[in-house]
Amino acid sequence: MAEKTLVDAVNDALHVEMERDATIMVMGEDVGRAGGVFRATAGLRDRFGADRCVDTPLAEAGILGTAVGLAMAGWRPVCEMQYESFSYPCLDQLITHVGRYRWRTGGAMEFPLTIRMPTGGGVRAPELHEDSPEAYYVHTPGVKVAIPSTPADAKGLLAAAIRDPDPVVVMEPKVLYRSPRGEVPEGEHVVPLGRARIAREGADVTLVAYGAMVHTCLEAAELLDASAEVVDIRTLKPLDEETLLGSVAKTGRAVVVQEAPRVAGFGAELVAVIAEKAILDLQGPIVRVTGYDVPFPYWSLEHEYVPTSERVAAAARKVLDY
Amino acid sequence: MATLEEKGQSASTERLKEFLREMLLIRRFEEKVEERFRAGELPGFLHVAIGQEAVAVGVCRALEEGDVIASTHRAHGHTIAKGTHPNEVMAELYGKVEGTSHGYGGSMHLYDVERGNLGANAVVGGGLPGIVGAALAFKLRGEPRVAVAFFGDGATNIGTFHESLNLAQLWMVPAVFVCENNRYAESTPAKQHLPIEDMTKRAEAYGMTSMAVDGQDVEAVYEAARKALKQARDGRGPVFVVADCVRLSGHYVGDPQVYRPKEEILELRKSRDPIELLRARLELADEDWEEMDREATRIAEDSVEFAKKGTDPRPEDALKNVYA
Repeated sequence: MAEKTLVDAVNDALHVEMERDATIMVMGEDVGRAGGVFRATAGLRDRFGADRCVDTPLAEAGILGTAVGLAMAGWRPVCEMQYESFSYPCLDQLITHVGRYRWRTGGAMEFPLTIRMPTGGGVRAPELHEDSPEAYYVHTPGVKVAIPSTPADAKGLLAAAIRDPDPVVVMEPKVLYRSPRGEVPEGEHVVPLGRARIAREGADVTLVAYGAMVHTCLEAAELLDASAEVVDIRTLKPLDEETLLGSVAKTGRAVVVQEAPRVAGFGAELVAVIAEKAILDLQGPIVRVTGYDVPFPYWSLEHEYVPTSERVAAAARKVLDY
Repeated sequence: MATLEEKGQSASTERLKEFLREMLLIRRFEEKVEERFRAGELPGFLHVAIGQEAVAVGVCRALEEGDVIASTHRAHGHTIAKGTHPNEVMAELYGKVEGTSHGYGGSMHLYDVERGNLGANAVVGGGLPGIVGAALAFKLRGEPRVAVAFFGDGATNIGTFHESLNLAQLWMVPAVFVCENNRYAESTPAKQHLPIEDMTKRAEAYGMTSMAVDGQDVEAVYEAARKALKQARDGRGPVFVVADCVRLSGHYVGDPQVYRPKEEILELRKSRDPIELLRARLELADEDWEEMDREATRIAEDSVEFAKKGTDPRPEDALKNVYA
């Protein structure tokens, strides 16, 4: 196994999958000649041609809307949204069509469509390049959502998304694109959707997170005197409730961490699932550590906005001391 | 012996009679929809295209096997013209399992995947990008198929319209964009929502072949559509067709149309009804017309009977097919 960055793992997945299936095509802004602003699609145009790695105009509704027609006509499009915030114009197509076609047609229409986008803050960019909009996607019926936290999962979850018969949004934490590196299996590598991962075993408190916040939780675990377990959700929808509830049953305490603004974030859903299904396992309240209900601040303040390991550790201590 | 010219004329007359039959069927079907709405049998949010039948029929008759369409919120005519049986359309309006979308879609989400109907669309302009994608798919596979989007003048103000035309022309995909220019965006007249008079300019801005046609003349629509489809199919790029037409009904069934002078509708019904225009042109004998009308009325009535006898979807079925 080779050590790779997360973005190279994404690139690897695209190469392997496009090689495997000639109906897979990549489309997006600057994905072809330029290889993507983060280089996630580098080399695809040379390898598979301009028809299967399509440089599009700056038109996100057009990109996803075109992918709707392509999917209906037998292709497996993989759309890149250059930044998560640039995906907002395509939300129209996602909400009104992508998530609904199969249902409306009584299952007559396949929708094997993947949307990739970088997500989250921590790279000292302005507000509309640092959002964490996963809740919008998770809230859309008919759409699945995955967020990897390691290079291996970035490759495996993307491959699973591309192979899935349903539309999947894969959000890649951009702060993790270049570091840390991780072991990535060569060739075909699929991480099934809907399975969480225990990123660190522990006995006293469960820290629940996805994406970049998994690393924050792993750091927080080191700061605690107690033994913390870290659950990496990996697929937000469908959610692996079994792994989540199993961990909470073991530790009796849960801290849920998300970078996105607090109100009605995906963390609230995780808290609700634990509260509904594991209340008798709990020895204290479930506490959230989140971003704030403000637009993502500019770089001089971003370290104040994004949850830190100290904030997570403080929340964990509160639950442990309850 | 009939001359070649006479033979050609009689073939054309036969074709026009078929067009008339189909337009009349759509008309009687939609009148039935209005009637059943007033009787309280059909819930609201129904949009009929009474007055615009010539566009649906003229375009769809010009299509070839394998061509696909995307429709709008005013979709009954397009759907029937694309080959879906009126029974299935009516059943969908009644929310029955036998409907085109098994009772989950309704009037604004009619589908017929088998017959190349990629769906009606409740969001104005929503179907255009998908048509570009379908056309791109055909082009990439080298298939001689064309994807056709129907939409109204109101849709030309929305972003997806412009993104779609831009992409279609940029990629030279086999698509035809049919703008049903009925001069109303819901209740808003063209002078309040369009800064330009000549709608063909919309597409000229993208360097796209653009043509205007009298949308009340089914033969003119048919000829224009054939020309447009040929260009698209031959790989010579997409075409924008503005069909100037009239909506003889309100925006929705039950619309009091307070935004429109009563005389306007009366005058249009007298002078611009595409069915009356074609009937007069064909100089149809009264008994031929009556027979045609009886047949259309019977099919429309049968569709209601069929729909009423349909199966109600079970609540648990609505939980299916969200995911594979």
